Amino acid sequence: MTGLRYVYAVCHPFDAPLQAQLTGVAGDPPRLLSHHGLIAVVSHVPERDFAEEPLHRRLEDLDWLTETARAHQSVIDALTVVTTPLPLRMATVFRDDSGVRVMMEAREDDFRRTLERLAGRVEWGVKVYAEAEPQEAPAAAPKPASGRDYLRQRRSRMRTDEDMWQRAEEFATRLHASLSSYAEDSRLHAPQNPALSRHSGRNLLNAAYLVPRDSSEEFVELVDRTKDETKTDGSGMRVELTGPWAAYSFAGEQSAQESAGGQP
Amino acid sequence: MSMAGRMPEPYGQGSGANLADILERVLDKGIVIAGDIRINLLDIELLTIKLRLIVASVDKAKEMGIDWWETDPALSSRARRDELARENAELRERLARLDPDHELEAREESEEES
Repeated sequence: MTGLRYVYAVCHPFDAPLQAQLTGVAGDPPRLLSHHGLIAVVSHVPERDFAEEPLHRRLEDLDWLTETARAHQSVIDALTVVTTPLPLRMATVFRDDSGVRVMMEAREDDFRRTLERLAGRVEWGVKVYAEAEPQEAPAAAPKPASGRDYLRQRRSRMRTDEDMWQRAEEFATRLHASLSSYAEDSRLHAPQNPALSRHSGRNLLNAAYLVPRDSSEEFVELVDRTKDETKTDGSGMRVELTGPWAAYSFAGEQSAQESAGGQP
Repeated sequence: MSMAGRMPEPYGQGSGANLADILERVLDKGIVIAGDIRINLLDIELLTIKLRLIVASVDKAKEMGIDWWETDPALSSRARRDELARENAELRERLARLDPDHELEAREESEEES
């Protein structure tokens, strides 16, 4: 037996070749396993990293996790260029090819239904950040002449902050509404952790939109226009677009639950 | 010019898509299938993503000068306490000016506090 089988995705058969020199997880180029008219995209991975006990340990290693997640994503990405893949969650591993075939048979109907639903569609990610306004240093304000002055200054400072956050929320809500009406479907994700994203500012909106490939260009233009506006209007808002992604956020059966915890 | 069907150039993916973008998709989205190797990603997510990184994020964010939660009364109990203490002091001060009879009392209270 030559290692375990790591499954990236399931898709319909496709003609176009996958990008050459594509190395998958564990440096193993992805292979196509055809069964019942569907394709599972798999890599052969070593037991020393992917058997249950080592895998559990490995996933706790941030460097390994990062490298594996990027490898997984690069295969999904390459598939997205040539077809519509159903991405499986990272670290879906079987003992051998026959284990993968059994799984494909068991889930065949689900796969076909979901492939049908997502065919020709991609996911775009849109995030809105509000730049944290520089905290006004107390020394910069004129020294309050009285308690009443002090109160007045403080109240106006608080009002400015509140206004800014309220405007920011309204902006994010408005943008989400207009993009949602354009997209076929949308999901709100939890705001991102700044340590991972390495972005400054408060992440107010983190959303995914399902858009047909054919109208992706217009969707991107719509986001770009908003992005340009925010650059010049002094609102402190920043809009960020990522994609096209495989329809990760729309591949699962559940939908309402996924939206929980998102803003706004 | 007709570009229908052409995929726009990737935006930020690959080079620009940040680690959070990738992890939130490959770890948290996509189809869940129980493989032969039983791994509960929820455990991993909790440990790695939610705990370790959120703890790390506080330091990292501070490093980057983002500390709004510390001064936001809705998020920080310390900020809430500071806010209350300041308001109390201000009210006493005003009271003292309006009604000199209370001045002594107010001063006594603030001495007790400190």
